[in-house]
Amino acid sequence: MAASSKLMHKVFKDASQFLKVGCRLQAQNVICRHASHFTYFKDEPLKEFGDTSKTNMFQAINSAMDIALDTDSSAVVFGEDVAFGGVFRCSMGLQEKHGKDRVFNSPLCEQGIVAFGIGLSVAGSTAISEIQFADYIFPAFDQIVNEAAKFRYRSGNLSNCGSLTIRAPCSAVGHGGLYHSQSPEAYFAHTPGLKIVIPRGPYKAKGLLLSCIRDKDPCLFFEPKILYRTAEEEVPVNDYTLPLGKADIVKAGSDITLVGWGTQVHVLLEVAKLAEEQFNVSCEVIDIVSILPWDKNTVCESVKKTGRVMIAHEAPLTNGFGAEIAATIQEECFLYLESPVKRVTGFDTPFPLIFEPFYIPSKWRCLQAVKETVHY
Amino acid sequence: MHSKLILRNLRAVGTAVRCFQSSCASSSTQLNLETQNDSRNSSAPVFPVDFTSKLQVTTERDVAKIPIYQVLGSDGRLTDSDQRIDVDEETTVKMYEAMMRQNILDGILYQAQRQGRISFYMTSFGEEGVAVGSASALESTDLVYGQYREAGVLMWRGFTLSDFINQCYSNDEDLGRGRQMPVHYGSRKLNFITLSSPLATQVPQAVGSAYAFKLAKNGRCVIAYFGEGAASEGDTHAAFNFAATLQCPVILFCRNNGYAISTPSREQYRGDAIAGRAVGYGLAAVRVDGNDIFAVRNATKYARDYCMSNNIGVVIEAMTYRVGHHSTSDDSSAYRSKEEVEDWDKSYNPITRLRLFMEHSNWWNEEKEKLLAKQIKADVLKAVAEAEKKLKPEISELFTDVYYEMPDHLMEQSAYLADHLKKYGEHYPLDNYKK
Repeated sequence: MAASSKLMHKVFKDASQFLKVGCRLQAQNVICRHASHFTYFKDEPLKEFGDTSKTNMFQAINSAMDIALDTDSSAVVFGEDVAFGGVFRCSMGLQEKHGKDRVFNSPLCEQGIVAFGIGLSVAGSTAISEIQFADYIFPAFDQIVNEAAKFRYRSGNLSNCGSLTIRAPCSAVGHGGLYHSQSPEAYFAHTPGLKIVIPRGPYKAKGLLLSCIRDKDPCLFFEPKILYRTAEEEVPVNDYTLPLGKADIVKAGSDITLVGWGTQVHVLLEVAKLAEEQFNVSCEVIDIVSILPWDKNTVCESVKKTGRVMIAHEAPLTNGFGAEIAATIQEECFLYLESPVKRVTGFDTPFPLIFEPFYIPSKWRCLQAVKETVHY
Repeated sequence: MHSKLILRNLRAVGTAVRCFQSSCASSSTQLNLETQNDSRNSSAPVFPVDFTSKLQVTTERDVAKIPIYQVLGSDGRLTDSDQRIDVDEETTVKMYEAMMRQNILDGILYQAQRQGRISFYMTSFGEEGVAVGSASALESTDLVYGQYREAGVLMWRGFTLSDFINQCYSNDEDLGRGRQMPVHYGSRKLNFITLSSPLATQVPQAVGSAYAFKLAKNGRCVIAYFGEGAASEGDTHAAFNFAATLQCPVILFCRNNGYAISTPSREQYRGDAIAGRAVGYGLAAVRVDGNDIFAVRNATKYARDYCMSNNIGVVIEAMTYRVGHHSTSDDSSAYRSKEEVEDWDKSYNPITRLRLFMEHSNWWNEEKEKLLAKQIKADVLKAVAEAEKKLKPEISELFTDVYYEMPDHLMEQSAYLADHLKKYGEHYPLDNYKK
């Protein structure tokens, strides 16, 4: 680690001691790692899926890919640093089990990863690709929106790349700053031909990822990276799938509908609790699960019942997917609405490291919005 | 290893090219009109001149690998008695001190991260010679586009310990205003463009800056640093091709440290690595021992002169080794052996190598070494203690610099946040931020 190892060892040891003792007084200004901004709410798996075990989200994703490789001999898993298990450990042990030809590293090139995956899929393989961070997906934008999304349409269904799935960790993590925190779902939601899914925890992640891998259209699977380790619950050990394009009512209520996806679902569940305690308001919380195609029936039915709605997402306000949901609600539920559709989102700025606590749609910003909407 | 500095260019490979006459003649008038003001010769397509009746496939084995230029052996002695070193005692010691300062700063900030004092860190362990050696060969006005493991360039140019540490602590004196993760340094004063995390994006940007400097005839050179992993990105291809076709005086400096996070270079590229690509694009290339600070310095100096006088981009590939983990988010024991790392650190460490040279020259001894390490450690810890006392920037800075002037919708969002914090401020860490 250093030139004269012995001397340096001493330098670093002393420094460590100094940091521990000498700087303790200033430690209140050291706020590098924020505590999670949410409390995880566990899911209950369906009994029909059989035996379960305690599993976190990276393990659930690992299990889904393991099953895909077991049940489909044409399936391959690849991306940057996938071979040793991936930087978030999602592909751990898969190369050892399924071999180097089926689980492998790619060169560091996102456009290459997606294009290679399209080619695999066109030629009959099942391609499970990983982009290391959703923030780094943009070199592959052309391959995703002009190629993967349009392959079937432009050929009159002569060929397709439906067996392509692109996984990417997304969203806030507490210390990711500009380029390890973004939620880019809205860019892709503007592209017909893609399916986009964002799970809220391990149980959903496994079943939805298996659905994406087996779906006949190319899928983007965005995994909120803060959930990889913090989210842990009982997950069925066997093969199961969950429906794409179907929203979940995760908590029933009567006064206002709260809509979110990914990590934000847990923020909203806490907001629902606070609203009930603090001003006796009953919230219905919906996880839309699939961004594209999204389940407008479930959302609109709920809004017609409650008459009020708040949509919350981490991505910036302008042109965030909340805008699409809001527009649809005003069109479908206009006469049922008691107050304007409310959005609580990230601001229209890049995602800033040190201002993250203020940037994200925190439970307090959401709670204020619920209060204002109910008292409109 | 090779002790002679050789710059590979088109002529060195012996591929003669000239205008393919028949194409020249048949070019359309319109095309000629459009390009008549172009100072770059003819617009006609250019093909290799020779035809052959023999069907031959050229493989890797048909092309000689570019050797690694070296000045100092790992014993700290010149590899060749004819070698010349153009630095005196004072400059050599200055280079050594910069590497040591980088090394000790890295050690302490790495531990600060481990203790939860900063959120993230990336060390330059093992690669100090690459950054300091190349920086020492450039003019201070030359523009630098870095990746993230070239903090030594800033160290050489006079970025203070507080400048580094304030950035890592995201405090009010961070020049980047606390917005980016630690190690994303930048300095307008020191002609160092602020780093961004996406890989290789800076490489074609550097080529554009070099073109602007060429037009301005201001004598400034541009250097872009990138890793051998980033060299796989499409942007690096674009940079090589633009540098060649637009004849830009730019140094494209690849730090080949063997790993892109966990991915070994064997899975990153084949053929003659990164330098081997240069000639194919029409750029010049040199491969250098990155752990030999004099070799890096000589190569960079030569490349600078060459690209400035010939308007040809030069690719430098510095062969080195990432001794530390990729970052504090990485544990490299999951994909490489401890022995491998120790071997590189012991046998090929750039700091050790230069110290041995200085000792052989009677410029350095154990006492000076101890004194220097002690002084740097004290300076770093003092700067850390000061940085920890400082508050974070004002919360309103969340909204500034998105645009040159703040548009209405951001003013509204800023006002909304201020109002929210008035009502719910108790739930936020407001005391940590400047008022």
